[in-house]
Amino acid sequence: MKILVITELRQGKWNNTSFETLAAAQQIAAETSSTVSGVVIGKGVSAFAGELAAKDVAEVLLVEHDLLEAYTPDGYSIALKQLIEQSKPDLVLFPHTYQVRDFAPKLAAMLGKGMIGDCIGYRNESGKLIFVRQMFQGKTAADVTFQGAGPWFASFQSGAFRADLVKPHAAGKAPINKISVELKPEQIRTKPLDLFKEAKSAVDLTQAPIIVSVGRGIKAPENIPQAEALAKAIGGEIAASRPICDEGWLPMERQIGSSGQTVAPKLYLALGISGAIQHVVGMKGARTIVAINKDQNAPIFEIADYGVVADIFEIMPALTEALEKAKT
Amino acid sequence: MNIIVCIKQVPAKDAPLAIAGNWIRESDIGFEMNEPDSFALEEALRLKEKHGGEVIALSMGPERVKQTIKEALAKGADRGIHIADDQFAQLDPLATANALAVAIKKENADLVLTGLQSDDHGFGQTGVLLAGVLDLPHATIIMQIEVADGRLKLKRELEAGWFQHIECPLPAVLSIQSGINKVRYATLKGIMAAKKKEIAVITRESLGAAAAPTQKIEKIYVPTKTKKTEFLTGSPKDVATKLVEKLKFEARVI
Ligand SMILES: Cc1cc2nc3c(=O)[nH]c(=O)nc-3n(C[C@H](O)[C@H](O)[C@H](O)COP(=O)(O)OP(=O)(O)OC[C@H]3O[C@@H](n4cnc5c(N)ncnc54)[C@H](O)[C@@H]3O)c2cc1C
Ligand SMILES: Nc1ncnc2c1ncn2[C@@H]1O[C@H](COP(=O)(O)O)[C@@H](O)[C@H]1O
Repeated sequence: MKILVITELRQGKWNNTSFETLAAAQQIAAETSSTVSGVVIGKGVSAFAGELAAKDVAEVLLVEHDLLEAYTPDGYSIALKQLIEQSKPDLVLFPHTYQVRDFAPKLAAMLGKGMIGDCIGYRNESGKLIFVRQMFQGKTAADVTFQGAGPWFASFQSGAFRADLVKPHAAGKAPINKISVELKPEQIRTKPLDLFKEAKSAVDLTQAPIIVSVGRGIKAPENIPQAEALAKAIGGEIAASRPICDEGWLPMERQIGSSGQTVAPKLYLALGISGAIQHVVGMKGARTIVAINKDQNAPIFEIADYGVVADIFEIMPALTEALEKAKT
Repeated sequence: MNIIVCIKQVPAKDAPLAIAGNWIRESDIGFEMNEPDSFALEEALRLKEKHGGEVIALSMGPERVKQTIKEALAKGADRGIHIADDQFAQLDPLATANALAVAIKKENADLVLTGLQSDDHGFGQTGVLLAGVLDLPHATIIMQIEVADGRLKLKRELEAGWFQHIECPLPAVLSIQSGINKVRYATLKGIMAAKKKEIAVITRESLGAAAAPTQKIEKIYVPTKTKKTEFLTGSPKDVATKLVEKLKFEARVI
């Protein structure tokens, strides 16, 4: 097989999940005697192609065009379609970033193909690749296979593979091949404008050694102080899952997850949080994870060191009291 | 402005899932409107209130999805389209998009809204694919929509707290992120009014959008744990005492 890895740059830097996907591709290639080509796309990005060529890849394909300076779904899908038609891969892998989910399904569809998105792993069963993804908000996993002829498209969730396992090139550098693509301004229908941050981060949760995080199990804003009391007793910062911040029960700067902050405290206490992947990617690096949830099948328990299957409204006050007592 | 909102009906959030092959047993569980889609519907209703026009609720699925279409009508959608298909859970995202696209093409819509992701399959693809199949411009993870001079000014969410403004011409397809607005409840008056609203039913076969599947869900299963979780049991007081001890002397994190 020929495997293509589409890397991503974000504001002039590598999006590191690109290398996680490269690690996955190298692993698949080793098991299926395939080759890996790395793709860099943008404008004025040849230095990145040079860096990628130092990894264990057969070649780096460099796609540059003035109209690819800023990301647009039209620009990227039109350019990558031409690249795929020229280089004829069997499998095209992406990191599952917000940018990829914005264009990759359409790119696949333009070629009449399908994409298995947001995979957390794969299995190779005597040469047949089975992709594993989550369904039902992480409550189940699913084995998914491609049907029909390639090229096949798949994306890997951030954290599914380890970027530090990317193998370097054995002989120094892989060749860099420039691919020219045709793009006209009128083909690009959306106009990307400014990038900005909304929340002025007064708190830096990434530095907090202990985080007490609440999810929709907290039910109502009146109940937040109970969790805050617990946070105070344990010497931690309060944080939340997305729905809590969407509701405005806690400020957005306290949101943990893919659209909020990524944290790795020594202790993360998840109260009434189900453990959806977009939340988990923001906290699974915590050294010790405690989950309290009334549903014993909640996915958060898959990554918890200590679990309590119970009503948080019974545990929060008892735990606050036990912590206060332990101090004296 | 005429707006089509694609609404999927999914198992209720707290429904116990009984796995059956590559789907779940549907008997004995409740169903509800996919959460992101309720935000998309709300956004459509607000745009209609501002700019006039019509809101159409479009849903594909078995007979049960009529209930969700009725809920949309009760909240203020003007009419519904039900693509009847008992096998819809077996479709791949492209086949779903192809079917929805045929129904959408028959209407004169300025804007097509979808939710960002469904809570059951969770493909996160249908909106983008619709744009591809309909050859319309699109944007995803939308957190704000303004319409001025026949163009959309959008706020798109990026990772790690970043956002981006985007301009997009009409007609277009947008995938709406949860939390973009505060959704309304249906009023009694709305529920009564909905009884007179039309739900057109078409079968998926009649749309002639069938194509060979590009992927197949072989089976679903309860995921294997990556960590060994120690479950603490007992009265709340016991659990609290045990947990403090574990955190202090075993994990040594407090
Ligand atoms: C592109 C994208 C980006 C996203 N970004 C983020 C992000 O950055 N951060 C984020 O958190 N989410 C994010 N999400 C949303 C994510 O998919 C989930 O919807 C969200 O994390 C769910 O939050 P929750 O666990 O609080 O709520 P739910 O999933 O509703 O879970 C509530 C949990 O509380 C339990 N519970 C209820 N009552 C009690 C009680 N009394 N006692 C004990 N337990 C109880 C329930 O059993 C359940 O497990 C994103 C989604 C998408 C599509
Ligand atoms: N069967 C369906 N009927 C109507 N809309 C759907 C259907 N399936 C998916 N959608 C729409 O596509 C969005 C994304 O779904 P998915 O690609 O499955 O994550 C949903 O939020 C809906 O708006």
